[in-house]
Amino acid sequence: MAKITFITSDDEKITLEGTSGSVMALAVENNIKGIDGDCGGVCSCATCHVHVAPEDLAKTGKASEIETDMLELDDNTDEYSRLCCQLEISDAIDGIVLKVAK
Amino acid sequence: MKKSSLPDPFEKARLESGLGKMNDQDDPVTMLLRHKDVRKTAHNWKTFQSGAEPGRIVVPSEVNIRDTRQIPFEVDPPEHKDYRAIVEPWFRRPLQPEYEAKLTEIITNSVNEAIKTGTLEVVNSFSLPLQSRALTLLLNTPFSESETWISWGTHVFRSEGEALDGDKANILYNYIEEQIEEAIKNPSENLYSKLLDSEFNGRKLNKEEVKGIMILTFAGGRDTVINTITNSIAYLAEHPESLKRLQKEPEIINNAVEELVRYFSPLTHMGRVVTEDTHVCEHAAKANTRVSLCWASANRDEKVFENPNEIILDRKVNPHVGFGFSHHNCLGATHARQIMRILLKTLSEKIQSIEILDYKENIENLDEFKRKVGYDSIQVKFNTKTV
Repeated sequence: MAKITFITSDDEKITLEGTSGSVMALAVENNIKGIDGDCGGVCSCATCHVHVAPEDLAKTGKASEIETDMLELDDNTDEYSRLCCQLEISDAIDGIVLKVAK
Repeated sequence: MKKSSLPDPFEKARLESGLGKMNDQDDPVTMLLRHKDVRKTAHNWKTFQSGAEPGRIVVPSEVNIRDTRQIPFEVDPPEHKDYRAIVEPWFRRPLQPEYEAKLTEIITNSVNEAIKTGTLEVVNSFSLPLQSRALTLLLNTPFSESETWISWGTHVFRSEGEALDGDKANILYNYIEEQIEEAIKNPSENLYSKLLDSEFNGRKLNKEEVKGIMILTFAGGRDTVINTITNSIAYLAEHPESLKRLQKEPEIINNAVEELVRYFSPLTHMGRVVTEDTHVCEHAAKANTRVSLCWASANRDEKVFENPNEIILDRKVNPHVGFGFSHHNCLGATHARQIMRILLKTLSEKIQSIEILDYKENIENLDEFKRKVGYDSIQVKFNTKTV
């Protein structure tokens, strides 16, 4: 079980709990504003872009090369950017805070 | 070579130069073939514009058969963003449960009809009717409208897949103009009325803009959806193990849809007009010439996809560009994805096997390259599951 907090573009803070699957799927199920997950999680659409809180980056790890190539061409990308379809829910990421990019 | 395979004609050129050349009505096109170049160029709207003369970014060019600008497709930022914002929520309706339920009913009926008929020609007797019926949901128009669209045949703009046919295009344009007039007289809950009532820059959209959006909606989702459905049926005919797997593991259906879209790349490429002297793939590109973003080649790029010429149904990481990329990515993608997800599920539940009896391939002529995009016709037999 992991608790994940999303901060949307209008500064709403929503904490969700999940046990498995991707963070994107959890966000879409709970209608988190700004996370669409159009491609269903295969890293083809960049509609699940989040900024990981700097102190949580050790838990999530940095973006993979395929994510970076995609994010390079997205708006307001920084070193904390991830596509959250590539974040698997597990105890290891319990407590992380993600700021939705869109 | 299997009957359902779509070979990659771009491999050699993609590896060697990264470029292809194509003449098109004396307005040549430099085709970009590599995944990285395609995505970068799609993103760079300032140097590679969509908002050129209407019809020019389409290959083959439509400048001689159309004056209406397709919206938001042939508009660049910042206006593009405002137009897209008007239509985006409407084109996301396919995710709503009631839309999904209606779409499931349409697809179930189409599959049941096919089972009852047994042997049929897929393009005209299955894919076209299914695409047209599903489109009534996207437009929120009466189901009976689909009869008119089916009667137009598979290509709204093209006869025999290649030559531009102004007369056929006019059938569509005249129809849309009539529908807009009708919506002005009798407003309803359909897309025409919704658009006529929409605000752009503090004013209502005008008739020409509504027409531009409607042409895009009709034209963009016709051959593309028809080819994707038809090619998927051919694939499942030759891969009964995949049909079984989709039934046993419905959780991979989403991955399967993305993978089929990657492999089939229903739209081969889309053009852009160069606005200033520049370079593409270390090759000079002069202002006012055309380049194209070759989605079909990018989707087979061996530097990005392992075993690019194989359909791997549960491919996990799949950064394909089958729905385009960046600002102008496919507006109808949500609708198309829902059609394909529901279709795969329905077929896997009801169909035991499919046999290909006869077929004629649809080969696109791109000068240097000849690409199979699907079938002109394909006769199959559906074998239903015995309960």
